[in-house]
Order: sequence, then C-alpha cells, then structure tokens
Amino acid sequence: MEFNSNFILGCSAIGAGLAVIAGIGPGVGQGIAAGHAAAAVGRNPGAKSDVTSTMLLGQAVAETTGLYGLLVAMLLLFVKPLLP
Amino acid sequence: MGAGILLSGADDIDFMIHGVFQYELFGQKLWITTTHVCLFIVMAVIIIFCLCANRAVKRATEVPGAFQNVVELVVEMLDNMIKGVMGKNATAFANYIGTLFIFILISNISGLMGLRAPTADYGVTFALGLITFTLITFNKFKYQKVSGVIKGLCDPWPIWAPINVIGDVAVPISLSLRLFANVLSGTVMMALLYGLLGFIATGWPAALHVYFDLFSGAIQTYVFCMLTMTYINNAIEG
Repeated sequence: MEFNSNFILGCSAIGAGLAVIAGIGPGVGQGIAAGHAAAAVGRNPGAKSDVTSTMLLGQAVAETTGLYGLLVAMLLLFVKPLLP
Repeated sequence: MGAGILLSGADDIDFMIHGVFQYELFGQKLWITTTHVCLFIVMAVIIIFCLCANRAVKRATEVPGAFQNVVELVVEMLDNMIKGVMGKNATAFANYIGTLFIFILISNISGLMGLRAPTADYGVTFALGLITFTLITFNKFKYQKVSGVIKGLCDPWPIWAPINVIGDVAVPISLSLRLFANVLSGTVMMALLYGLLGFIATGWPAALHVYFDLFSGAIQTYVFCMLTMTYINNAIEG
C-alpha cells in the first residue's frame, strides 16, 4: 500500500502529540518530590538548603523520561524519519 | 506544503544546526557546523578567563582584588561541591569535574549571548558521556580488579549478567540524553516563541530566558557533574 507524504506527515504530528503525553509521569513525580521536600523543610527548617538541593537533583533525574518523549516528538516533527 | 501549520508563516524559526564548511576525509563527506563555531567561541572565552585567572593567581596578594576574589570563589565552590560528594577521592577528580562543570555551564548559558548552545548537539553531550563512561570503567577495573568486576556483573545471580551489562551501557546514554534534551528543549522553545510571536515578543521573553537558559542550564550542569561523581565513587568503592 502506498501513502502520500502528507498523510505520513499528519500521522507524524499525531504521533508527536501522543509522545509528549509522557510528560504526565515526570509532572506527577516532581510534584510528589516537591511536596515531600516542603514537608521535610516544615519539620526541619534548618536543613532547607540540603533538602532543596536533593529535591532539585531528584527532580532533574526524574525529568529524563519526559524528555525522552519530547525527543521522540522533536524527531517526528523536524527530522521526519518516516518520510520515504 | 511541508510541515504544515507549525512552520507556515514562520520562516524565521531556526534552531537547527547548519553546515558552514564541507570537507572530505577518507571518502567521507564531513561538515564544520555551527556547533563547532559556537564551541570554539565558548572555548576561547574559557581559555581567556583561565589565562587571566592564572595571571591573577600568580600575582596573588594577601588582600585579594576583585578578580582574584572571583577566581577564589569559583575554585572554592567547585572544591567544596566535589569534596562533599567524593570525600577522600576528591583530589584525583577535582580537575576533571571542575573542567566539566565550567565547560557545560558556559555552554548552556551561551544561549543568552545569541549562540546556539553547543550542548544542544548530541555529538557534544555524547562525547562528554563517553568520557565519563571511560572513567567509570577504568576506575572499576583499577580498584575492584577483574574478579570484583565479574562479581559485580553476576550480582544477584549469574543469569542477571546481560541486564547488568545493559545497565552499565545505559549510563553514558542516559547522562548525555538528559543534558541534550534539556538544553534542546530550551533552545526550541525560545526559537518557536521568537518565530511565532515575533512582533509581540519584546522584553517579556527575558523571564523565560532566565528559566530556560540560566536555571535549567545550571541545574543540568549540577546534575551531570553530580551523577558523574556518584558513578565514579561507586566504581571506586564497589
């Protein structure tokens, strides 16, 4: 079966949109991390800087999976690997 | 026709890497790209700063002047960060981690100066990831010996070995992809903003620059160095 390039581009755009749904996971995860960090600072305000740096490190690592989704979307939209 | 609505009417959206000069090596067509140019500018900035710092430190005074103060601040901050994570191994790796930190930081915030950040090219970040991977593997073999490495591979049971190998190989890939994707997302966001909202994008995108270039860049630099140090420490201590 033959598809023309517009059809492939349209499907690529839909796929890119679906790929960035991966952002939900890191969003929830970062929110949980921030919530726990806030609770930790509330319990022990003296450790604020330590808690903040640990939280930022963890969040930046957790962000990776979302960024993979973004990367797939970027590839589909701008590199267009599916076009013949 | 082409990419449709996203790129229609926005010919000035530009965040791709462009070739500047083409040459041929061993029958391969290779390009000098904008990444190389930006990389050389970043390198020049760092080297000039280092030469000035070297001069300032050689003529160091008891009461530091303004520039000597800045240099001391930078070195002290890096030393404290590395010592905090690596402990007694800090002295051996302070050079590498410090270089890495300064290079990635300047690269990331070079987006502010109108360059295309060199770290938004997978070739650059993957090379950094590979250097880290080499360091990890070398130190693993140096401190744990071959028997320790094999024992580490067969951690719960020998049948786990392929999964452990994949886990080891994934380290440089995930390290470099994390940095690359973060910087690239910032670059793309700003390019789309300026391309699509060109006529109303005056002044207020500065706040976004602070987030995407400064904050995100600094955090990712910190994360890259932190993870590198943690992995090397794990390799040394087994």
